Amino acid sequence: MTAQDEYKVQLDVFEGPLDLLLYLIRKDEVDIYDIPIERITNQYMQYIDLMRMLDLNIAGEFIVMAATLMMIKSRMLLPEDERTEMEEEEEDPRWDLVRQLVEYKKFKDAAIHLQGLEMERENVFEREGGEVKLQPQADLALQDVSIFDLISAFNDALSRVAKEELREIFAERFTVGEKVDVIMEMIREKGQILLTDLFERSASRHEIVCTFLAMLELIRLRQIQVKQKQRFSEILIIGTGESPPETMPIAEEVSDE
Amino acid sequence: MSEPQVIPELKEIVGAMMFASKGSVSVGQVRKVMKKAAEEGTGAVKDFGRVSEKQIEEAFAEFSRDLHEAKLGFNVAEVANGYRLENDAGCGVWLRTLLEKGKPSRLSRPSMETLAIIAYRQPCVRSEIEAVRGVAVDQILRNLLDMQLIRIIGRSELPGRPWLFGTTEKFLEHFGLKNLNDLPGIEELRRMEEQILKKEGISPQGTGEEEEGQLEFEADGESVTGTENTESEE
Repeated sequence: MTAQDEYKVQLDVFEGPLDLLLYLIRKDEVDIYDIPIERITNQYMQYIDLMRMLDLNIAGEFIVMAATLMMIKSRMLLPEDERTEMEEEEEDPRWDLVRQLVEYKKFKDAAIHLQGLEMERENVFEREGGEVKLQPQADLALQDVSIFDLISAFNDALSRVAKEELREIFAERFTVGEKVDVIMEMIREKGQILLTDLFERSASRHEIVCTFLAMLELIRLRQIQVKQKQRFSEILIIGTGESPPETMPIAEEVSDE
Repeated sequence: MSEPQVIPELKEIVGAMMFASKGSVSVGQVRKVMKKAAEEGTGAVKDFGRVSEKQIEEAFAEFSRDLHEAKLGFNVAEVANGYRLENDAGCGVWLRTLLEKGKPSRLSRPSMETLAIIAYRQPCVRSEIEAVRGVAVDQILRNLLDMQLIRIIGRSELPGRPWLFGTTEKFLEHFGLKNLNDLPGIEELRRMEEQILKKEGISPQGTGEEEEGQLEFEADGESVTGTENTESEE
């Protein structure tokens, strides 16, 4: 079986580097006005590596931001009096970034508010059952959970198997198509599952990557939905009950040979 | 034309109009209808031809209050161009089943954030949105345009004359907003917008609600920002 036979997952990530930074700041409960730049930069780089590993189509802006973070980090290392000599008006090297984050945060909050209105509104109909109908969207329909929540769960699963990897001599071949079937079967059986359950029996990094990509693909195809009771709590996977589209990856297709 | 035996109150008439109309009913519309009916009518019908817009507005308010107090599962909603009847949100679950509506369509988070920036900042160009979000938004803009939540309202004077985006009537409807002033926290976010415009040396312009539905620039026609260039050079 060649790599081309494998079902290729094409996923665009519409979140940008600022989304990731705000996510990390919130997750670590750090003060946005006093970001521990070294720690956040390390985490940021880790998430970028994970997204690369998943072959997600991430924006070039992520790389630009990585460079910016590195630059801020190096400037922070300079003693304060030297720093002020070099850049006269500039106060804290983090300031530009902080300003940008705070501004974006305001719109993010506004978006959350709009989401509340949207949810209330979807239960209101005018005379003769009229309602405002939106067209289906082409992006990952993530409302309650951000892509970074998912990647964070993926990271946890990976770190669990990292140690065992050396023992693995006969690499088992898994495909995204197979994993799609496995997930749908689990959901049919149980109705809903925890994201951590998905990785429970996964023994290798390769298997975890396939499982994770299968899950993202199922979200994209609107076969499953992910939910979270609170921010950073466990992620729940629920079937949507929608009929599978024709382009649904099928296990037989890939494992036939 | 036959005259009613029991003369109804004005609020009953506007209520009946909302009941019978598929869309919304506006004050102006009621007045026009009453005038027209009075031309051919006699007695009470003729008398109602003289009601003022203020009286009609009061009638809508009274009807709305009575209905709300009676808790009958539906209410009067004030929408962009008038009043209409719609159900209580609490009863929506059953209506969804009755009307076989299926799953509601919701926006994804990145789409919602992009839409929020446009809603609060309009009219705005793509680069402004990208400056806030820190990432390219063209795909999302295309989706939002397809969904008719935003539209192109003109071209900016900036180099390259980029498109200016604004929200649509459908946007207001989707979120149940009367107008753009109804947006949560509009005051604060608008103030912020003015500061930024000042910083970039762009003069602030109408922030929106009065332009909604009235701005009809051709895609490549006159620019919306052109107010400061109006003096003619002869």
